Amino acid sequence: MSTAASAGFSLMANLPALQVVVPMVAAPICTFLRFRNGPWAFALLVSAATFWISANLLMQVLGGDVISYEMGGWAPPFGIEYRVDTINAFVLLIVSGISLIALPYALRSVEREVPRDKHHLFYAGWLLCLCGMLGITITGDAFNIFVFLEISSLSTYMLLASGRDPRALTAAFQYLVLGTLGATFILIGVGLLYIMTGTLNIADLAERLGPVSDTTSVRAAAAFLTVGIALKFALFPAHFWLPNGYAYSPSAVGVFLSATATKVSIYVLLRFQFTVFGEIPAFADLDFATLLLPFAVVAFLVGSTVAIFQTDLKRLLAWSSIAQIGYMVAGIGLGGVDGLTAGIVHLFNHAITKAALFMAAGAFFLRVGSMHIDRLAGIGKTMPFTTLAFVLSGLSLIGVPTTVGFISKWYLILAALQHGTAGYAIAAMVLASSLLAVMYVWRIVEVAYFRDPAANQEITEAPLSMLLPLWALTIGCFYFGLETGYSVDIARAAAQSLLGVTP
Amino acid sequence: MMWTDLPPGLILLLGGVLAAVLPHHGRKVLMLVLPFVGFWQLIDVPNGDHAVMTLFGAELVGSRIDSLSLVWGYIFYIAALIAGIFHLHVRDRMQDVAALTYMGSAVGAIFAGDLISLFIYWELTAVTSVFLIFANRTDASFRAGIRYLIVQIASGVLLLGGLIIHWRGTGSVEFGNIGLDAPGGLLIFLGFGIKAAFPLLHNWLQDSYPQATVTGTVILSAFTTKMAIYTLARGFPGQEELIWIGVVMTAFPIFYALVENDLRKVLAYSLNNQLGFMVIGIGIGTELALNGAAAQAFSHILYKGLLFMTMGAVLYRVGTVKATELGGLYKSMPMTAGFCIVGAASMAFPLFSGFVSKSLIISAAAGEGMWFVWAMLLFASVGVFVTTGIKIPYFAFFAWPKQTQKTCNEAPFNMLLAMGVSAALCIGIGLFPGYLYDILPYQTDYEPYTGSHIVTQMQLVLFSGLGVAWLMRTGLYPAEMRSTLLDADWIFRRALHRVWRATVEWGTETSGALTGGMRGWVNSVIGVAGQLGGPGGLVSQTSKPGTGVFWLTAMLGLYLLVFGL
Repeated sequence: MSTAASAGFSLMANLPALQVVVPMVAAPICTFLRFRNGPWAFALLVSAATFWISANLLMQVLGGDVISYEMGGWAPPFGIEYRVDTINAFVLLIVSGISLIALPYALRSVEREVPRDKHHLFYAGWLLCLCGMLGITITGDAFNIFVFLEISSLSTYMLLASGRDPRALTAAFQYLVLGTLGATFILIGVGLLYIMTGTLNIADLAERLGPVSDTTSVRAAAAFLTVGIALKFALFPAHFWLPNGYAYSPSAVGVFLSATATKVSIYVLLRFQFTVFGEIPAFADLDFATLLLPFAVVAFLVGSTVAIFQTDLKRLLAWSSIAQIGYMVAGIGLGGVDGLTAGIVHLFNHAITKAALFMAAGAFFLRVGSMHIDRLAGIGKTMPFTTLAFVLSGLSLIGVPTTVGFISKWYLILAALQHGTAGYAIAAMVLASSLLAVMYVWRIVEVAYFRDPAANQEITEAPLSMLLPLWALTIGCFYFGLETGYSVDIARAAAQSLLGVTP
Repeated sequence: MMWTDLPPGLILLLGGVLAAVLPHHGRKVLMLVLPFVGFWQLIDVPNGDHAVMTLFGAELVGSRIDSLSLVWGYIFYIAALIAGIFHLHVRDRMQDVAALTYMGSAVGAIFAGDLISLFIYWELTAVTSVFLIFANRTDASFRAGIRYLIVQIASGVLLLGGLIIHWRGTGSVEFGNIGLDAPGGLLIFLGFGIKAAFPLLHNWLQDSYPQATVTGTVILSAFTTKMAIYTLARGFPGQEELIWIGVVMTAFPIFYALVENDLRKVLAYSLNNQLGFMVIGIGIGTELALNGAAAQAFSHILYKGLLFMTMGAVLYRVGTVKATELGGLYKSMPMTAGFCIVGAASMAFPLFSGFVSKSLIISAAAGEGMWFVWAMLLFASVGVFVTTGIKIPYFAFFAWPKQTQKTCNEAPFNMLLAMGVSAALCIGIGLFPGYLYDILPYQTDYEPYTGSHIVTQMQLVLFSGLGVAWLMRTGLYPAEMRSTLLDADWIFRRALHRVWRATVEWGTETSGALTGGMRGWVNSVIGVAGQLGGPGGLVSQTSKPGTGVFWLTAMLGLYLLVFGL
């Protein structure tokens, strides 16, 4: 299982390559399918295939094995190596799973929000973005990460701007400028590492970095990489691209990206912080992750606060994403198996929670035609199922017991409490931020249920193709909140493998 | 097997869920039958820990049946049944569901053997009970409900924080004797204290109970605070601080009760006073005192519920319970008036339930040589009788009608029946205290009807009654007025409100500044793009670096500073 170069072509042995190649080849094909719903159906098919592949990969590595796949038969560290272990198999599953569940939802939403003559390009962009994110996650090569990062970023710029809202253009342009800066930082970091070690293979980097670790160049590389990646997952104050990007793009894009793009970037952070720089003693007691902690705390406090004052539902959700990213990074910053488990499990938990919320928001938009919160007055009566799903997922966002949000916060607080007085302060701030979340979720509940709908509006419930994925995720919020076996155990195994701790 | 391992609270809780879909009659049947089912389970299932399971590496005990929890279990089911009867005529799905789930979570909390289950039930009581206040469907009740909910949730958050610290510190989540010195003990104590309406943490009670529906107040008065008393008895018996907290609790509400005009609010204040007795009993912590606290909780639920029911009946028929607008109702509602007198007498008179339970606590204080506490208890016992026991029946039923009072009908039959059952139990316990003493947590051979007990109590009660009569005759008794009392809730309502307003304004400004900064950035990007694309090209001297770029660079600079040097 550990080597894949067997004679002849074997499907199962080449799964790591297919994981990326399938969507990559599919994307250009998609641009030729210019008939009604053709691109969509094709993207759905491809997405199902990638999901099947990542599920298989996760099954293979769950026992603790690591799959090392040599691209084109060139052995690492000279060739590009695809390396699958517990953590990135988990992220692969999240990314391809969200894509699979978001696509059925996208059909009606995209029909409304994207001009018909651009559908083939939209779905091609979707597949490229998926390919980029899967590539970032699966590759074991630092430069390859940068390449896939650019693939996913470029397609993201396009997806963000593909809707009818003119504000999306400035938002996409803004992300283009900032994203390019971030990518440049990452490239500088990778370049510095290459100069110092002469290798780009991540596992090889970790080994060769030891002797030169105490040099300014390596430290500068770490700084560039951390800040560059932080921009990609929108850690406050590198978050400027996110609110408008998610708010003005087509709803389906918000669903897909909010649940996957930032998660993949956080995975990259984990990979560099722990696999590459794990052994390096940083400045005094500080390590790179610990320095993220104050940013994370400010992120979830400011993010939650600003979310309360938003008048646009999708912007509210976007600001809440900034806060939730704060929780994930806080878990990573706290360190230790417990902290990492909290961060990683929240990757998954927030993915399903926020995807469900953006789906509900998109369903509102489909029927109401506006994301202004005042326009949603009485929506609980006209769209009862969508609103109920929104409220239930909102409970998960707050972290009410029996939801996945509670599981994340539970482990986060447990991890914080191991750090003495400062830990207690962080735990208290996490709880305070949860109270802020109560406020911004309550704002929607109040508008949806306690106000009367405008008289002359004819609003009907969202179509079934949107309700089913929405409810699947909503039920997931509760199912994985009660049955924590899958998510928490996998996250803990991933944390242990990152830290090199044997369970 | 299923029966034994079924956590007791679930019987009513699941009934509440079922009630959400059942028609009116089905719901009423549930409300009358389920208390019997629950009661039968308590009798049938042997004492011990049941429904044990492990979650997150903590051992959860869903059902711990022992002598302490059983007292509360019995009285909660009795109260649930009486409330069900009193509530019979109400056609409101929201109240039925809220009442059943609320009572179920309170019962669940009593039998929770670990802090995690306790926390879950604890929050459930808050979330479910608030609908009994919302159900009045007025603006005032909505606001009061929100205030109530915030306080209750805060109590739950304190409990959660305490339980996590406790768990980390001791490695166990068992809900036993915690003590203030244990890790997290203080937080748990405060969490319990909010629901037990400790002084300065008490306002939610007087604020919200009078805003609930007619039947809602009756149900609310029975469960939340007594559940908190149980948790104090379980977690902090013999904690000396409780004695002094209890002394303050018994004393100060008397003065508020004396001048308050809204009779349901008067009852809420005297409820606070009665809780003080139980808190003192727990603070003393001897077997006799803990028995007293349990017995007091038992009889208190009955007579306070009875008084709330009579006021509820008045409110139902007359539409108000303001002392200034009532009087002379004994002609129209003679039975209700009679029950009200029984409820009032039960607070202090021998041969009624309150006497036999309070005596236990008063004797326990005397037995420990706490003469100051003993004197305060006597003072409070008499004081509350004067301010509530005489005031309520007098102003509602006997005082001269202030305005031309229309005659009204006697309370509906189901209300009378519920009041009758309560009154019968109040008298029954007073006459045959042995039955109550038999179910108390500790073996007791206490005899309440000794000469000295009765003489002391009767002298005080009668002379105070005489005093009231004299004050009324001479016009010195504070006249009932339409007024709003300033209590410590001024701090919460006004001062905190100001802080909140300031925070909101600050938040709006901050958010505006943040988005404003962003808009500025977008604008500058548009400006840059316009100049790049426009004639003249790259000649902009005025374009500022974008905020996002600035922050990104600042972050990089910080990292390079910390690590690069």
